[in-house]
Amino acid sequence: MTTVPLHRLAHARTGDKGNRLNVSLIAHDRENWDLLVREVTEARVLALFAHRGASAVRRYLMPSLGAMNFVVEDALEGGVNTALCLDAHGKTLSFLLLSMDVAVDSNPLATAL
Amino acid sequence: MSGQPFLIGSGAGFSGDRVDAAIPVIAAIAAEGRGGAIIFETLGERTLALGQVARQADPSKGYEPLLEQFLAPILAPALKAGITIVGNFGAANPQAAAKAVAKLAQAHGLAPRIAVVTGDDMLGDPAFEESELWEGDAGLPTPVAAPLAVNVYLGARSIAEAIHAGAQVVVTGRVADPALALGPLVAHFGWDWDDLDRIAAGTLIGHLLECGSQVSGGYFADPGVKDVPDMARIGFPIAEVMADGAAVLMKPPATGGRIDIATVTEQLLYEIHDPAAYLTPDVTLDVTGVRLEQLAPNRVRVTGARGRPAPPRLKATVSYPGEWLGEAGISYAGPNALARAELAVCTIRERLAIRGLKPRLRADILGAVSVFDDDSASLRQGGAASGSGDYRAHFAFGGDEATVRAACQEVGALYCCGPAGGGGVRIQVTPRIVTRSRMIAREKVHAHFAILEEALA
Repeated sequence: MTTVPLHRLAHARTGDKGNRLNVSLIAHDRENWDLLVREVTEARVLALFAHRGASAVRRYLMPSLGAMNFVVEDALEGGVNTALCLDAHGKTLSFLLLSMDVAVDSNPLATAL
Repeated sequence: MSGQPFLIGSGAGFSGDRVDAAIPVIAAIAAEGRGGAIIFETLGERTLALGQVARQADPSKGYEPLLEQFLAPILAPALKAGITIVGNFGAANPQAAAKAVAKLAQAHGLAPRIAVVTGDDMLGDPAFEESELWEGDAGLPTPVAAPLAVNVYLGARSIAEAIHAGAQVVVTGRVADPALALGPLVAHFGWDWDDLDRIAAGTLIGHLLECGSQVSGGYFADPGVKDVPDMARIGFPIAEVMADGAAVLMKPPATGGRIDIATVTEQLLYEIHDPAAYLTPDVTLDVTGVRLEQLAPNRVRVTGARGRPAPPRLKATVSYPGEWLGEAGISYAGPNALARAELAVCTIRERLAIRGLKPRLRADILGAVSVFDDDSASLRQGGAASGSGDYRAHFAFGGDEATVRAACQEVGALYCCGPAGGGGVRIQVTPRIVTRSRMIAREKVHAHFAILEEALA
């Protein structure tokens, strides 16, 4: 068992609606879908955004596309018209999700990149 | 009304998008000789708020500032080729935007039928009093000031009706982004509004097109992981739509970018929250059964959208006067740079206390951790940075104008009074508008269109 950054296994895009953050996560390779479902849980994503005040995370799975959508409540410090952060939209936060370390087994597809 | 396939492209995906992107899109659609449509989506929550500020300062403004630049190169060729132009570039002032389009057309010796869709502006409407806060904003305080603007998200019906009435250009304010595409599709195919899978298909196509290049290689490149060819010339998307709602996404020939399963999947999920229930004024869209097939390089077939009835309430963006925002930065480089930048931050905090200034304050040190951090710099304080390099202390102050200006002036004073070797101070102070979303019963919302003919006389 070893860990790799999620960036090796998936890509992501962030969007905002008010103070609600939407982060998609899409497997580069469908072979890793089960691993992503196991590792990238609502609890872990909530912990990742906790320092910014996130209050809840809802995960939506779309297995036919190898994709999932995270809706993170209250993570944008009031949203684009209120936040003092340089990135008030939260646009960069997709790569915060991709910086998460995930445990991989000896799956060669997971470590090939 | 026709059963023939319909070509619809995107000319802009946000306010501030590339002003020449529509040119190859129009050329590619025109080359097919069947007419079509092009959509310009230039209105975010923030850009609508900025439009309200602009309209307050000048009643003839408040529409998309780049409108003339977007349309000047394509207006004549689009009209000649029978390509309907639909845009929410009316922003906070659709009437003024329509007049600007008419003026631009006149300069080309043209007099197109221009329709203005209104009904989104519900400021002062009694229905606002009965609206409910959108649940996503439940954690935020409701501003105490009276609203400056209330704009409800309209659906596609007025757009379709305007095109039926012969409009060649349709100018809207706040409409649901996908409605910009759904309107022309309904006008072309004559889909019944109760044929929910067709309305869903058109909404999905609109969702995929409305961010422009975000489906064709824009906002996607990650070198070595997801490479995108010729990003300086990304081709904006065009959908060829069939009468049953199936579509093929493509882009103009000899342009950069890429359209494949990965780019389309990223845009498919963009900002939709629950994939089984993307709420729009026209339909509740379910994308969980969507199929994407790569037919050829840069050609992806999209099928499988499902629709359920539209929600009973429509979302409205309410704009209130907000704080002033002051931003100021100063750079430190070389040995011990991070420590000097941290000292600058400590010094500013103490100076604000000495002068009795109490703005909301955030201080980032760029070069360490900034945009992932929170307002109290918990990641940086946790030791996520090393000790030398090239750092910029960046301050953001929120509050009343005088406080914010005074706080920014203190950052400027770091030149002589701050840590050694500080340089490159930049200061910017701007007013803000804060927004909240509320839900309004749809029967209280009255969208309509009018043809702008009088203005030309």
